Amino acid sequence: MSLHGDVPPEPDLVQLLTPEGVRVEHPDFPLSITDDELKSLYRDLTLVRRFDAEGTALQRQGELGLWASCLGQEAAQVGAGRAMRTQDMAFPTYREHGVAWCRDVDPVTLLGMFRGVSLGGWNPNENNFNLYTIVLGAQTLHAVGYAMGVARDGAVGTGELDRDTAVLAFFGDGASSQGDVNEAFIWAAAGNLPVVFYCQNNQWAISEPLERQTRVPLFHRAAGFGFPGIRIDGNDVLACLAVTRAALDEARSGQGPSMIEAYTYRMAAHTTSDDPTRYRLSDELETWRLRDPIERLRAYLVREAGVGTDFFGEVDEESEALAVRIREACRSLPDPDPLSPFDQVYVEMTGELAEQKAGYAEYLDSFEGARS
Amino acid sequence: MSNLSMAGALNAALRNRMEADPKVLVMGLDVGKLGGVFRITDGLQKDFGEDRVIDAPLGESGILGAAVGLAIRGYRPVCEIQFDGFVYPAFDQIVSQVAKFHNRSLGQVRMPITVRIPYGGGIGAVEHHSESPEAYFAHTAGLKVVTCSNPSDAYWMLRQSIDCDDPVIFFEPKRRYWAKGEVDPDAAPLPLHTARVVRAGTDVTVVAYGPMVATALDAANAAAEDGHELEVIDLRSLSPIDLAPVVESVTKTGRLVVVHEASVNLGMGAEIAARVQEKAFYSLEAPVLRVGGFDTPYPASRIEEEWLPDVDRILDAVDRTLTY
Repeated sequence: MSLHGDVPPEPDLVQLLTPEGVRVEHPDFPLSITDDELKSLYRDLTLVRRFDAEGTALQRQGELGLWASCLGQEAAQVGAGRAMRTQDMAFPTYREHGVAWCRDVDPVTLLGMFRGVSLGGWNPNENNFNLYTIVLGAQTLHAVGYAMGVARDGAVGTGELDRDTAVLAFFGDGASSQGDVNEAFIWAAAGNLPVVFYCQNNQWAISEPLERQTRVPLFHRAAGFGFPGIRIDGNDVLACLAVTRAALDEARSGQGPSMIEAYTYRMAAHTTSDDPTRYRLSDELETWRLRDPIERLRAYLVREAGVGTDFFGEVDEESEALAVRIREACRSLPDPDPLSPFDQVYVEMTGELAEQKAGYAEYLDSFEGARS
Repeated sequence: MSNLSMAGALNAALRNRMEADPKVLVMGLDVGKLGGVFRITDGLQKDFGEDRVIDAPLGESGILGAAVGLAIRGYRPVCEIQFDGFVYPAFDQIVSQVAKFHNRSLGQVRMPITVRIPYGGGIGAVEHHSESPEAYFAHTAGLKVVTCSNPSDAYWMLRQSIDCDDPVIFFEPKRRYWAKGEVDPDAAPLPLHTARVVRAGTDVTVVAYGPMVATALDAANAAAEDGHELEVIDLRSLSPIDLAPVVESVTKTGRLVVVHEASVNLGMGAEIAARVQEKAFYSLEAPVLRVGGFDTPYPASRIEEEWLPDVDRILDAVDRTLTY
């Protein structure tokens, strides 16, 4: 008898579209999807990639202070984003540009944060897409609290399609080590809350590889907390869509939380400030390039759905138009007024803050011609 | 008008707000059947149900993180942190999330969260149960910080904090929980962020708050026997600070002693001293003195009475300021 027996083999992941673009069936996750829906997913993926590339370019041109690229993770994000219903709520990290896209948050709004003209600034309740959260894992607890509210509002298990609501909490392999994420698991389990924990395991937390965070597959952790966990091919938009849809359905119907580990890869640097050549090998990148989420869908569309070059040309044109639009919009985002930081600290500005603001305004005005 | 302990007054305030607004939730450790370790939430779960008086899993970050999500969803959570020294696991959620959310959303989402924290020493407790962490929170933009010193203020200030659309850190002086006083639920209360002169005097201004107000009043009684009239001000609001009554008093007395249990280094006393010398420089007859905890960890409880400011240490400071 030994406490340390054999480590079980790495489990299979749910895959519905192979890297070669071959459609495969999974007994638990049948997906019925039309060619038009597939084309729509292809369009999402391509536009998100183009937008993301523009973010990187704008940083290089000095228009953004920083950009956190989602290159390689488009399928994981678009699949999850498109699995949501309007009333569902997403709690992103700071890299969920693909989910934001699916929730109709304008890319330019996201760029504002990375340009340094806002700290977020959008209304989470307008598109049911929370503000980006930079402190790792903190948002998973916000998702739990929101899900508590959903449950108390009687928006779980009624069977009404437009009423029942699920919450999708995003985090990464690095954040899985955070206390907040583990607390969120506990709260969700204890309260049987309608929340799906969606971990994009992109293999790297800046320079730290997955082995620094875990010695079990991340989705195995769910079992210890008392809810189901599953690993999916995070570069397969169909698997991401089908499994997230199922998990959200189960959450909405009152079956409680679950965890999805979308197995993917961060193809770009952590952010534009990072230099991955210092800590990882290009071989790894080449391996993952062969699993590209967009190429496989394109291959399928060409071979199996007879989609012609016209469609791909249109999407490319739309991508370029999007890039032009956001580039110009980003460059014309105005700097905030130097007095604006005072304004929304409190719902009603305190007297001492009003005094501080007035003093600073007076100081600024003391410079000849400095302010109009 | 009823004669209530501070604990009873706080309980009545919670009950009042829960009756008034179905979005008010109480959440914390042991707040349900037990009624909280200090019984502040006694009977609430029985009357309002487990959905509104929530026994939380044991994690303070979880309590505050969940409160953020509930607030986004339109709720008005009242969180209980069991003891002062247990708030630190929730520090990130409070200072990085709760305090900033309204600002980050450009005012589109409010965080009407009240965080109740029993604080301060003097009850013979073990480590981490006697601390005064108010300055950490008063330092953070986006939070409001208040503390009560008597049952009437406890009742009204908690009601006002729950009604406040900004997050309020509500410090309760646990050693005063059982002192009784009159509470008039029909009286018009002072606005939340105002200080109050609790004893008029002419010679030295003493600013105190929370558990130290009673001590300062005792000191004023003792000083009167020596012929010195202390003006005692209960600060009540630590962020924002209602400085005007303090300045007005110092203009009259020329002397100021600030008293709190928290360590003096970078404490509330430092801020008040700085602001008073800005606003009342020419009125000051003596340096502003601070009486507070020493810059050490809170001591083992058998010597806490030595460590905590008491009547004698306040009188010593009064004497020193009068020698100028």
